[in-house]
Order: sequence, then C-alpha cells, then structure tokens
Amino acid sequence: MTMMKKLLTSAVASALMVGGAQAEITDNTVKIGYLADMSGTYRDLAGPNGLKALEMAIADFGGKVKGAKIEVVSADDRNSPDVASSTVRKWVENDNVDMVSGLVASSVTIAATKILEESNKLGLVNGSAASSITNEHCTPNHIHYVYDTYALSIGTPTAIVQEGGKSWFILTADYAFGHAMEADVTRVVEANGGEILGSIRHPFPTDDFSSYILQAQASGADVIALANAGADTTNAITTAGEFGVTQAGQTIAGLVVFLSDVHALGTEVAQGLQLTTGWYWDMNDETREWSDRFMEETGARPTMVHAGIYSSAMQYFKAVEATGSDDSQVVRKWMMENPVNDMFAKNGIVREDGRMVHDMYLAQVKSPEESSGEWDLYNIVRTIPADEAFRPLSESKCKLVNK
Amino acid sequence: MSMIFGVPFAVLSGQLLIGIINGAFYALLSLGLAVIFGLLKIINFAHGAMYMLGAMVTVIMFDALGVNYWVALFLAPLTVGVFGVLIEYFLLRRIAGQDHIYSLLLTFGVALLIQGVLTNIYGVSGLRYAMPDMFKGGMNLGFMFLPYYRAWVIVVALLVCFGTWFMIEKTKLGSYLRAGTEDSQLMQGFGINVPLLVSLTYGFGVMLAAFAGVLAAPIYSVTPVMGSNLLIVVFAVVVIGGMGSIGGAILTGIAMGVIEGLTKTYYPQAASAVIFLVMVVVLMFRPSGLFGKEA
Repeated sequence: MTMMKKLLTSAVASALMVGGAQAEITDNTVKIGYLADMSGTYRDLAGPNGLKALEMAIADFGGKVKGAKIEVVSADDRNSPDVASSTVRKWVENDNVDMVSGLVASSVTIAATKILEESNKLGLVNGSAASSITNEHCTPNHIHYVYDTYALSIGTPTAIVQEGGKSWFILTADYAFGHAMEADVTRVVEANGGEILGSIRHPFPTDDFSSYILQAQASGADVIALANAGADTTNAITTAGEFGVTQAGQTIAGLVVFLSDVHALGTEVAQGLQLTTGWYWDMNDETREWSDRFMEETGARPTMVHAGIYSSAMQYFKAVEATGSDDSQVVRKWMMENPVNDMFAKNGIVREDGRMVHDMYLAQVKSPEESSGEWDLYNIVRTIPADEAFRPLSESKCKLVNK
Repeated sequence: MSMIFGVPFAVLSGQLLIGIINGAFYALLSLGLAVIFGLLKIINFAHGAMYMLGAMVTVIMFDALGVNYWVALFLAPLTVGVFGVLIEYFLLRRIAGQDHIYSLLLTFGVALLIQGVLTNIYGVSGLRYAMPDMFKGGMNLGFMFLPYYRAWVIVVALLVCFGTWFMIEKTKLGSYLRAGTEDSQLMQGFGINVPLLVSLTYGFGVMLAAFAGVLAAPIYSVTPVMGSNLLIVVFAVVVIGGMGSIGGAILTGIAMGVIEGLTKTYYPQAASAVIFLVMVVVLMFRPSGLFGKEA
C-alpha cells in the first residue's frame, strides 16, 4: 500500500513539476537529517546539543511549515566519511530526507555533500572548518554557514602580527586539516611582514605536549601557534601554562578554539588567549536571550556551531515557507537572495559558491578577575568585516563561480 | 652551543629529562598491568579506563566535596580499587581458568561501557582540575624550565614502582601471592584464602592505574577517553618488557619514555609509532620480551 502511495505521490509530484506551475512540498513533510559527531572528539562543540538547537528552531517555527509537518532524524557519524555516506544515502533514498544539517568533521562533510549532490538534496554545513568545502569541493547542494579555515587564519594571525608578534613557531596536527591550517597561517603571517621560525608536525591525537612545547620555547619565537583542534589544543595550552610559556613573554595563538574548549580549560589557564570566532553568546541582548533559552534546554552555553545550526534551520524554514517548496534548488536560490538577519548574523549573504559570508570576531579570553562566571569567557576585541573575513570569489576554484 | 646531530645540547638534555618523566608515568601504568597479568593471567584491557577513572574521580570528588589533591591521592585509587574488586568478583571470576582471550574481551567491554556512560554525562571537552598551589611554578635548570609538578611526578612514581616491586619480589606477602597463583589448591590446603587474594591483587593493580590517573589530573585534559589513547602504548611497553615481569615493566617504561622523547626531537611524526617499532624488533629476537621468562 505504502509503495503504491509513494508511487502515486511521486507521479503527481512529477506531473506538477513538468507543469512547472506550482511548487510544492513533497509528501507533505519537511524531513531533516541531523548528522554529527555524537560521541567522539567533536561531541561537545556540536553533538547532542546541536540536535537540541535544531529542535528549538522547529519549535520556534511552530512545528509546521506551510502546513507541512517538520520531522527530524539524527545519527552519529562517528567522524567517519564511510558512516556518513551510507547514512545520508539511506536518508535520501529510503526516508525522504529533504535537508541534512550538522555536518562537522570536514572529511564527513565532503563525503556527505557528494551524495547530496547526486540526489539533489540540500546540506547546511555548520561544524566543518576546511575552506575547501566551498572551494574545490563546492556543490550546488550545500551551504557552508558558520566559519572556515580561511576566516580563522585571517583573524587571529593578522591581529597578532600587527600587534608586534613577528616571529612564529607552529605546532601542527599531522593530518589534512592541520597542514591546510599551517599553510593558511604561514601565508597570512608572511603577508603581514612576520616570519615563520619553524614548525613541528605532531601525531594526531597527542596527550603529552611537553616535548613540543619545550622545542617551541627554545625556538625563541614571539608566538607559538596551535594548528590543531579539540583536546590537542587544550592539552597544548595546559602544558604551555605549566612550562611558564606566557610568563616568559611568548604568546600562544589558538587557531581553532571553541567556547567548549575554553570552558574546559578555565580562565586561569586560558587567559589572554586570542582566537577567532563566528559568534559569541554574550554579544548583545538578542544573542543572550537565545543563549538563555539554549542553556535552559541543555545546561551549557552554545558554541558558534550550535547557534549556526539554529540560524541556518530557521533560514531554511523561511525559504520553504516563502517558496512553498522543499526542492533544493528553489530553496537554495531563495536563501541566496535573502540575507540572514537574526541572532547569529546581520546581513549574512549566501554566495554562489555556497559560502555564507558574515562578520567574524577576534576575541580574547578574560582573566579570572574579569570573568564573572564559568561561561563569561571572551572579550570581543574586534569585528572582522564579512568582506575581509572570507576568501574572495575572485580567488575561488569553485565550479559554480563565473569569473 | 655544542650540537648533537643538529640539536643543541641544552635542548637535548631537556628532552631526555622529559623522556624520563614520561617514562616514570609509563612505568607506573605498565606495572599495574604486569602485576595483574603476572599473578592472575588476566589481560586487563580495562586498565586505561581505570587510569581515566582515577583522574575523573579526583575531579568529581573535588567539585562535589572539595576533597583536595593530597587526600585524593589516597582516596581516588582506593575508590577505583574497590570498583576493581567488584568487577573481579562479579565478572572476571566467572571466566577464571578460561583462555586469556576471554579476559581480554570482557575487560575491553567493561572499558567501553564505562567510557560510554561517562561521555554521556560529562562530554569530551575535558574537566578542569587546578594544579595544587604548592606545585605552581618551576625551576630554571639552565637547559630547561622544570615545573615543580613534573619533578614531583617522577619522584613519587618511582617510589611507588620500587615499593611494589619490593613487596612482590621480596616480602612474605609477595611470596604468598606468587605461590597462590602458581598452585591455588595447595595454597588453599595451607589455609590461605586464594580467591580473596586474587580479588585483592586485581584491586591493587587497578589502584596503581588510578594512582597514575590522579597524578595526570592536573597536567592533562581529564576526559572519559583519556585512557584509551594511552592503553595501547602501555600494552606495548609490557610486551617489550616481558608479559608479567614486574622489574621489566618498570625499566622498559622508563626506557620507552626516553626513546619517545628523542623521537619527538628528531622526527616528531614518528613519535606515536616508535614504541611499536621497538616492540616488533624485540619480539623478533626475544619472543617473550626483554625480561620475560622463556615459555
């Protein structure tokens, strides 16, 4: 029976499509797949709380869009591209999933967006860092929403070099992301008149950084930059504190740092650390209001990824509502034409390569004396304007960009 | 400055010292594994989880009850040790005398279970544990800055290692332990409660792991997964030293710390592989390990 129904609805749907007269929402349901690391290294910055953020968006939209009900399925990608591919394939082929949100590890995202492109469904990428996602790996079926390595390397290194941190030593996680980050930082530091004294590629993951910190210390560089993420970054910062790196006058620069990392470190250890972020919960009344609700749901303050999951989902629902369609291209087109204006971004624009371009922020971790509580962690030092923060389209290798 | 293979002598001395500090840590962890395998023939894959529990319990006791570092140094291993005894009593005892592979699988399952539950409750970003005030800072040795805490770790780890070796190899209690596992029926005939001895030995091995966990809490991110990365390295150390050899575990632990430290100086990319390389080479020439008895 259901088979029959499916055939009938798709027949009716395609008839309408051919007619081209009306767009419509297939099977009268907007189904969202939430794919993220739910149990591993990236759990706390996206994970189960990201699903909560998505559910908040659905509730705020009233649980329905244009009369169609909104449903969610979720899965743990275990940071494995294979798991991600098979999950997304099952979702789009058997479960009629229209849009996939979350998407954290860059390798997972690249695998998932390939399937989305084949099946013409939509992906809203919120957690991934690699800027290649809207460059050589761009597709007409995804939007990269929160931040990327290009923006991160523009933010922190530029600011530090301009403040006089001329010589750099880089600790790099020895895999694709670390190498990309190292290359991006090197480019930016040298362009601003600084120099790279040396770098070490450490195995991923590493618990004990004492040996590497000792070598970085001995290099005499002004700045020790961490081209790694998650537990590697927090372990390196803890060890640097123990070995008196900052007291001796060297600066630590974390290149990929999330609120959840700084919260785990605490202000005593992390104070003074400069970082680039796409969003911070305590920026204004609008962000605070949303974060308070998030905290009630989850017991934690949201990271930029959590906020991005909410914002991108809201924008997606608005697009479906406005166009009356859940067709990926129709929705994506609307999202490109209508700027994002909410608690996450002001005048955020989705470009043709799928990059959502918005202001980024340079932040510095507060000292224990400045901080009024366990989540009062950043001073926003500077806003990095959207057109400065992201790779210009003129340098894009994306197949969708007509230069 | 004099150079050794392109590395300044001062930097190299620093790396050697760091190597010895990490080695003392490996020694402490592999010692517990060696005790459990040597006396009970259990391949304890839950050892990393017990190390993690030691650190987690330290943090949790501090947050909930304000228990300080010095008290935690005794209380945390004791708590985890009791937990270990329960695991032995309710689970491991049921597969006693079976092939080693059963103990390996069972303890591996227990480790995954504990890790999963704690991940769900505490997340993976790591819990905060402040360094005790008296250990803040360090001394300048000329060639490196030695944090006081690292100096403390090396002293206390070596003391505990030596104490354990002495107790098992040189005291009457140790001889009971060794005899009890050699021929439990005979020992029971002498009126010694062998099952109790086995429980306590497992508990003691687990306590050593938890003790290392307490030592680690102020310097590493305390997370539910912190033990799983370390476990496989520590197993390699025990295999190189000779499964079950107490002295071998201690000496190999320190040696491997030093070798790893040197690798981190000359070719960091290989740092996570070098111990396994040594393991392969050692097993090719001495299948029972450097200090193991020939089977």
